[in-house]
Amino acid sequence: MGAGHHLLYHPGDSPVHRLPAQVKIVAALLTVIGVVATPREEFWAFGLYLLVVVSLWVVARVPVGHFAKRVVIEVPFVVIALLMPIFGGTAGALAGWNILAKGTLGVLTSLTLAATTTPRDLIIGLQRLRAPAVLTTIATLMLRYLEVIAAEARRMRIARISRGHDPRFLWQVGATARGVGALFIRSYERGERVHLAMVSRGWRGALPDRGVAAGPATWLTGLTPVLATAAVLGAALLLP
Amino acid sequence: MTPALLVDGLAFAYPDGHQALYGIDLRVEPGERVAVLGPNGAGKTTLVLHLNGVLTAGAGQIEVAGLPVVKANLHEIRRRVGIVFQDPDDQLFMQTVGEDVAFGPANFGLTGAELDARVHQALDAVGMTGHIERSPLHLSGGQRRRVALATVLACDPEILVLDEPSANLEPVARRELAEVLLGLGRTMLMVTHDLPYALQLCPRSVLVDDGVVVADGPTRELLADAELLAAHRLELPYGFSFDRAT
Repeated sequence: MGAGHHLLYHPGDSPVHRLPAQVKIVAALLTVIGVVATPREEFWAFGLYLLVVVSLWVVARVPVGHFAKRVVIEVPFVVIALLMPIFGGTAGALAGWNILAKGTLGVLTSLTLAATTTPRDLIIGLQRLRAPAVLTTIATLMLRYLEVIAAEARRMRIARISRGHDPRFLWQVGATARGVGALFIRSYERGERVHLAMVSRGWRGALPDRGVAAGPATWLTGLTPVLATAAVLGAALLLP
Repeated sequence: MTPALLVDGLAFAYPDGHQALYGIDLRVEPGERVAVLGPNGAGKTTLVLHLNGVLTAGAGQIEVAGLPVVKANLHEIRRRVGIVFQDPDDQLFMQTVGEDVAFGPANFGLTGAELDARVHQALDAVGMTGHIERSPLHLSGGQRRRVALATVLACDPEILVLDEPSANLEPVARRELAEVLLGLGRTMLMVTHDLPYALQLCPRSVLVDDGVVVADGPTRELLADAELLAAHRLELPYGFSFDRAT
């Protein structure tokens, strides 16, 4: 998978990009926990969190536009958050703000992680963090076969259309549904064949270790944004 | 001399009762290249899956370079028997060619520089070293087939087992693969319908039908026997015919 084909990844060679994935995953998780733990009335704290995230974009040299386009995924939550003051008065407004601020920061943090780490490296990072082998194996296979299965679905669709299928009307959707069923069976059978091929090469339940271990200095560098977040959180909790 | 592969009276029935193999006998010497020919449903693939213990024989036994295929030996057996499956997409499942080639030898305990060296060696043998960082998804059919071969070569098997290696390959890719295979100098068992390919690559062929070996001899002699081929639903492509003599 070339870097250019990723939906969320923004190719680059910044210090953020070069950081081992496991460090970035832990940093993102801790940052989100810090944000969520912040009392919603401390409005200034959320401004500072945003500053931390934006400075990461500067270091990583990923344009704001990259995130602006992708943060759209959050829209349904924004709508709910905007409706809350209408139905809930002041308390509703505060609850809406809570969802909006924490949700947006959470999404931006995840997008930052995804923009600077390829899906492959993310899995390697999870593997290094000792995530269950079953999960990393499934994720690895998913990443590899998603495109294979999508291509298969495309070919099946073209074959249907070539025989005059034109699923514009509801009663024609049956063929599409059967197509999905056939695709499921095919994918299942492929899964069995892939498993067979893996076992034949000596697989015994775990993928080989990949990636490199991160030293204390790397961890410390990588966790700088978390330290900043923690400082803000501490101030928000302790300052009168 | 210990044979590379010894199959003795191998019989197998699937759990649904379908008897696929009725007593296969086969002996392959080190360095030999043998084609396994036979119509669809003859039991060729079933035979292949017994060689590395994915399927367990109902009767009879198999030895790979002297080591019996039994449960206690399975891990070593899977290193010794390298199966290249028909569809490279089933075999190549990691995100880069290099990782995929490293998968087998890493499972068999290689690490670090030794593992890297093995990966490079295997990719070099199939002429794919330049693609080590690429995704298998973006390779041509012929390249994928050669990488699939490299994933198995990297395990340094005693015997290479190829399931329909020429399937879905364009003529040039087919020839290139043949050149790679001939250059390896390894013991090889090649399951195929592609009779000219069998002749090109394997001096000896065994014909399997209905779960037994019905003929075993020099490939050219087998392919020259039109009656034998016809009796087992095999035929040469249009325009081909072989004499017994070379």
